[in-house]
Amino acid sequence: MKEYRTITQIAGPLVFVEKTEPVGYGELVNIVLYDGSIKRGQVLDTSNELVVVQVFETTAGIGKDSGIRFTGETIKMPVGRDMLGRILSGGGKPIDGGPEIVPEKRLDITGAAINPYARGSPNDFIQTGISTIDGTNTLVRGQKLPIFSGAGLPHNQIALQIARQAKVPGSKEAFAVVFAAMGITKEEANYFMEDFERTGALERAVVFLNLADDPAVERIITPRLALTTAEYLAFDLGMHVLVILTDMTNYCEALRQIGAAREEVPGRRGYPGYMYTDLAGIYERAGIVKGKKGSITQFPILTMPGDDITHPIPDLTGYITEGQIVVSRELHRKGIYPPINVLPSLSRLMNLGIGKGHTREDHKKVSDQLYAAYAEGNDLRGLVAIVGKDALSERDRMFLEFADLFENRFVRQGYNEDRTIEETLDLGWTLLSTLPVEQLVRIDRDLISKYHPKFRQAAKAEG
Amino acid sequence: MTKGGVLKRIAGPVVTAVGIEAHMYDVVKVGKEELMGEVIKIQGENIIIQVYEDTSGIRPGEPVTNTGLSLAVELGPGLLTSIYDGIQRPLSVLVDKMGDFIQRGVSAPGLDHSKKWDFRPLVKEGDQVGPGSILGEVQETNIVHRILVPPNVKGGTVRSVKAGSFSVDDVICTLDDGTTLTMMQKWPVRVPRPVLEKMNPTIPLITGQRILDGLFPIAKGGTAAIPGPFGSGKTVTQQQLAKWSDAEIVVYIGCGERGNEMTEVLTEFPELEDPKTGKPLMERTVLIANTSNMPVAAREASVYTGITIAEYFRDMGYDVSLMADSTSRWAEAMREISSRLEEMPGEEGYPAYLAARLSEFYERAGRVKTLSGKMGSVSVIGAVSPPGGDFSEPVTQNTLRIVKVFWALDAKLSQRRHFPAINWLNSYSLYLGSLQDWYDREVSPEWNSLRSWAMEILQKEAELQEIVQLVGSDALPEAEQITIEVARMIREIFLQQNAYDAVDTFCDMKKQYAMMKAIRQYSDLAYAAQNAGVTPQQILSVKSKNELPQIKFIKDYVPALEKIQKDMDAEFNALRSAA
Repeated sequence: MKEYRTITQIAGPLVFVEKTEPVGYGELVNIVLYDGSIKRGQVLDTSNELVVVQVFETTAGIGKDSGIRFTGETIKMPVGRDMLGRILSGGGKPIDGGPEIVPEKRLDITGAAINPYARGSPNDFIQTGISTIDGTNTLVRGQKLPIFSGAGLPHNQIALQIARQAKVPGSKEAFAVVFAAMGITKEEANYFMEDFERTGALERAVVFLNLADDPAVERIITPRLALTTAEYLAFDLGMHVLVILTDMTNYCEALRQIGAAREEVPGRRGYPGYMYTDLAGIYERAGIVKGKKGSITQFPILTMPGDDITHPIPDLTGYITEGQIVVSRELHRKGIYPPINVLPSLSRLMNLGIGKGHTREDHKKVSDQLYAAYAEGNDLRGLVAIVGKDALSERDRMFLEFADLFENRFVRQGYNEDRTIEETLDLGWTLLSTLPVEQLVRIDRDLISKYHPKFRQAAKAEG
Repeated sequence: MTKGGVLKRIAGPVVTAVGIEAHMYDVVKVGKEELMGEVIKIQGENIIIQVYEDTSGIRPGEPVTNTGLSLAVELGPGLLTSIYDGIQRPLSVLVDKMGDFIQRGVSAPGLDHSKKWDFRPLVKEGDQVGPGSILGEVQETNIVHRILVPPNVKGGTVRSVKAGSFSVDDVICTLDDGTTLTMMQKWPVRVPRPVLEKMNPTIPLITGQRILDGLFPIAKGGTAAIPGPFGSGKTVTQQQLAKWSDAEIVVYIGCGERGNEMTEVLTEFPELEDPKTGKPLMERTVLIANTSNMPVAAREASVYTGITIAEYFRDMGYDVSLMADSTSRWAEAMREISSRLEEMPGEEGYPAYLAARLSEFYERAGRVKTLSGKMGSVSVIGAVSPPGGDFSEPVTQNTLRIVKVFWALDAKLSQRRHFPAINWLNSYSLYLGSLQDWYDREVSPEWNSLRSWAMEILQKEAELQEIVQLVGSDALPEAEQITIEVARMIREIFLQQNAYDAVDTFCDMKKQYAMMKAIRQYSDLAYAAQNAGVTPQQILSVKSKNELPQIKFIKDYVPALEKIQKDMDAEFNALRSAA
């Protein structure tokens, strides 16, 4: 393989190489340092005169004397069955002291888009055991549902609880977890690893760790390696894969860093104009393919800078993903776990996975009614702050109390509490029964007479 | 090769070639794999090309050839029920050719060239035909596909015309100057198809959605924008429109949207029934799906592909509605390509020509007299996804300057599960005046005043709510407590509509009128009772009105509604006589 020593400029993570043979766009590049060690990079811009290489590791040690080898192929990842249970670096190398991965296949890490026509419709209900998700923001297989959180909030616990408890009721199909950490601290990583080990989840997991002190640019490929692995497990081996990506904010920072180094015209808040397309290239790799057994469900986690949901990172994410789970600082301060605020949370695929044949016929309407009543009660809190509780009408007072009850009974649950969907819905009914029946305008009479605790008891008494 | 050149530079979806002669928007084949691209800039020797497929691995020095044609779509029988990507490649054919994932370097014609269609001529030898004239018909689905003389053919006297079963490449008609015509025509997507005359829109596009038809109607041939922050129900609203609007042809462009949602559309549409014909909805639909992770240049083209297909059906004399979800993703594609061209950015990094492109696109909507003298229309409903829900951003602002209807989706409403989450205070329709006659004639002469009354109550409620926020609802004067209650009824009974309920998902104008009238009846009775000295508590606790919301879910609602109205009369009579 030809080696070039024509580096003319090194700026941030970018290396500029002159006068090469034709080099392919996106090609994998090895950079050989004076001590013989090798760093990896990728071609970002290519012409006969100049090639721009983005280095995935720190550029420390790279100089004009370094050799550049173009490998002639785009970045591929060796994947194999024995990856399960392994811990790899953010660049895909084993760091658990175990042997190298025995590749059964080498796959392009960019991944091709699933043809929309070949996609299967996601409609298998996933029970996470968390009421605010199962009841009001239901997750289905093949969905990508991010957790929007903030610094210092328990999003990691929530992600772990989901990873631990998630199941399709009544199904015993093979599943796996692919966990990709981008720029999280060693401490956070340990927290995840310990939980995986304690619960035995590690055996079914592939872990990619790019820690806070690992090169930021490596974060660009970490999620792609993780998703390539997930695609192999799902579509080649037929497993149902849950992918947890944390923290996407760090990924976007790395993207901005490269954009700045390339002196690109920045978009909003300095993030590159192609960030939407770039993020879509990650998030859209969730789904189901018709006629194939497996599925990829994504749980990206991101911390909203300044808890600002309109920040470009959550904003663009929300436009690609199928909803979001919003973790609230206010609920967290009230000591409620999991502090999921259902009002701004949403699952766009919920209606595909609930109702008769999936969960229960009353699911949609109970969920809507809970939402509406909680929203109304929550609005009234603002009013109470001004006029005091006594000035409220009786109806308003009931809704106000409902909001408190909703947070304390429905939202609040234990870290290890795994509620079935029936428990969640019945709990919803119990809460709704504190309101007069005629206030339940979103539920039709048939369902009320079938599920409302008052009528159920009456039916029992008669029976 | 005179037309051949080589690649000089590759940086993502934008590449530079030298050694070819090219015109702007010529389609070129790039690299050994012959990826499809389009010339977007000419700079001395350098020809800058946007490539519709992934460019990984392409090297400088690979060949580039110019086809000399601009990006065009194939128009003819076979369009309906098709699902295309942004450059009119049928997605089902792509699955057959390259599997479940989109690979590159595969071309596929937009129409099936082997399929035979039964052609019935409507002209005979010796007839004069001109551009846009109807030559004959093909029963494509339950829709009759009219075969037209292409607008760029001069026309003349028909020398021969054949009936029978033909593919789209077979000659069906010859003119005296030797011109041969087939059932297919090609049209460059960036050029609007010509019409005889643009007309004023005077007929509403009935959508079955109460807040739209009732309060903020769009005319056939009109333009509307649905801006909404994510999670405010934009996509559901658009899909409802695609399903239920009374256009004869629906073109749905999923531009840079979610794969799973596209799948939902792809699986749902074929199963849905057209409420008018009982046939699958898909039979009148063309879908264009270019999801967010498919190449960005094809996303840029998808909007043009869609509107050209819509115009083609309009030229047959059909009412077409086109949904573009979302034009923001389209604008972002423009921005991305513009920044790769290192163009001087305008506002927020969007290219300076953003406003011009948007207005050119919306201007292709309209109710027209076609070249053959028929009436047809293209209504364009564009979704806008303002970042952070901020309506002051360039795409929303430039869109609002053009469109006539604005359906303001509101995240706050959707959080309260008020669906469709269209804010009744911020939305508007500039077609109300021109549609008034139609409502008088087709619904009821009362309707227009009923509509104004409802808007007035809602407006009043908004003002009163501010007071309520400060002092609580009990402190309001009696009459205004009734206003608040009536407004609540309008909101919860009339405006809220459940897209997932089999009955409520579509509500015709007759039912809308009946529902609004019943609310009005309660209102009139309530004020009358209050004047007669009945207390607000009594008025508000009238039992029969609690049954009104259920009307939405009942198919044959008339008896139930009449009973409620009767009960309401009786209850108020009793209250008045007691007072």
